Amino acid sequence: MSSLNAGTDDHARPHLRLMFRLQWETTQDAYVLLYPEGMVKLNPSAGEILARCDGTRKLDDIIDELEDLFGASDLAADVYRFIDHARQRGWLD
Amino acid sequence: MSTVSSIMHVNVAGSTDMNTDSIRPSQPLWLLAELTYRCPLHCAFCYNPTDFAHDATELDTHAWLDVISQARKMGAAQIGFSGGEPLLRDDLETLVAHARGIGFYTNLITSGVGLTETRIAGLKEAGLDHIQLSFQDSTRELNDFVSSTRTFDLKQRVARLIKQHGYPMVLNCVLHRYNLPHVAQIIEMALEMEADYLELANTQYYGWAMLNREQLMPTSEQLREAEATVNQYRERLGNRCRILFVVPDYFEERPKACMNGWGSVFLGIAPDGTALPCHAARSLPGLELPHVRDASLAHIWYESAAFNAFRGDSWMREPCRTCDERAVDHGGCRCQAYLLTGDAAAADPVCSKSPDHDKIEQVVMLARRPARDENVQPLIFRSRENSLRIG
Repeated sequence: MSSLNAGTDDHARPHLRLMFRLQWETTQDAYVLLYPEGMVKLNPSAGEILARCDGTRKLDDIIDELEDLFGASDLAADVYRFIDHARQRGWLD
Repeated sequence: MSTVSSIMHVNVAGSTDMNTDSIRPSQPLWLLAELTYRCPLHCAFCYNPTDFAHDATELDTHAWLDVISQARKMGAAQIGFSGGEPLLRDDLETLVAHARGIGFYTNLITSGVGLTETRIAGLKEAGLDHIQLSFQDSTRELNDFVSSTRTFDLKQRVARLIKQHGYPMVLNCVLHRYNLPHVAQIIEMALEMEADYLELANTQYYGWAMLNREQLMPTSEQLREAEATVNQYRERLGNRCRILFVVPDYFEERPKACMNGWGSVFLGIAPDGTALPCHAARSLPGLELPHVRDASLAHIWYESAAFNAFRGDSWMREPCRTCDERAVDHGGCRCQAYLLTGDAAAADPVCSKSPDHDKIEQVVMLARRPARDENVQPLIFRSRENSLRIG
């Protein structure tokens, strides 16, 4: 699907919903998302995106930071897609 | 209170392939701390062992703190405080604070009895992440009947208290033939209480539930109707309240991947410190369950005979041994295999390939009896007295 930022406000400051906690797990060498009686192990890019969804950063700033981090200039579509996915999963407000 | 289904819904991308014995087992992810078998409720569907009253020994605070530290060091990230009723331990706040402090996501699994304003505030201060509250039905009459207590109104108050204190709330209701027709009302009740998650946990037949299996077993029509109702609500509710509903395995053609595989993610510690590869492992004969007093958790998890007994697939018999689905369901549940076939290494008879599958079919057929049947033994409630008598 390529419905990029449908319904996503570029100026929103995404943050995790109350019941989720993002945590770096050394033994798994990955970020995990913890929630009541469950856990999702995140791949590196998903982890880096969610780690920035702390309610202080605008989506635009998150994309800038990630493009710096990965040395890329075209991550916006991927980030939008993931944010949409995370909202559908109920992780983000 | 406790339900077997409340194990973690693991979704681990690229989890370790456990199907060859040479691979080192993955770490435990979910520590279930059964702090006590004492419980103010007497639920007829409880999975706790029926002989729980014969040994009332409980680990002390120091021993629990040590268990929690060891499990975290091994990589466990979720901890459930359960029982029995964990609020009967007055060191619960201490244990939660320690677990949260070293990075566990902390879950309290409770009947609500004893969750006063003071204790809920203390638990909040300790950093408790979430509370799972059990209900037995949407009606006072049935809630109080199957738990053999008067707790319905108390649970309503506790649900409000949980929301007031800003906790995510999971409402858990164990389903059986008496309350399956109430599924819509149970969902409405959860919505009214602003539950974030509703676990409709069909009874699993271990411990007390196994004793009462004939009474509790639903009909397939009841299940189908309940499932259709759940699906209608799911469509309407989206993320507002997530509903978990799993068809009980007696009504399936293939077994569930019990515990995600033996010794794969789940580590249970019983009140006396016995380490359990699954909730019902005590029912298996000849399995010498290790004790946290005698060995480190790492040794118990990686080295003990009990935790290795059903890892991988070399223990399997036919039809599992050559089945191309053995990596999916790991042969199903070992305890169910033993309870129904007398052989813990047999295929879970839930599987239609099992030579003992007719035993499941017979039980399911029996559920088709008339609503009132004098020949069925009355419910036996989980109580100390009953445990000492029959356990």
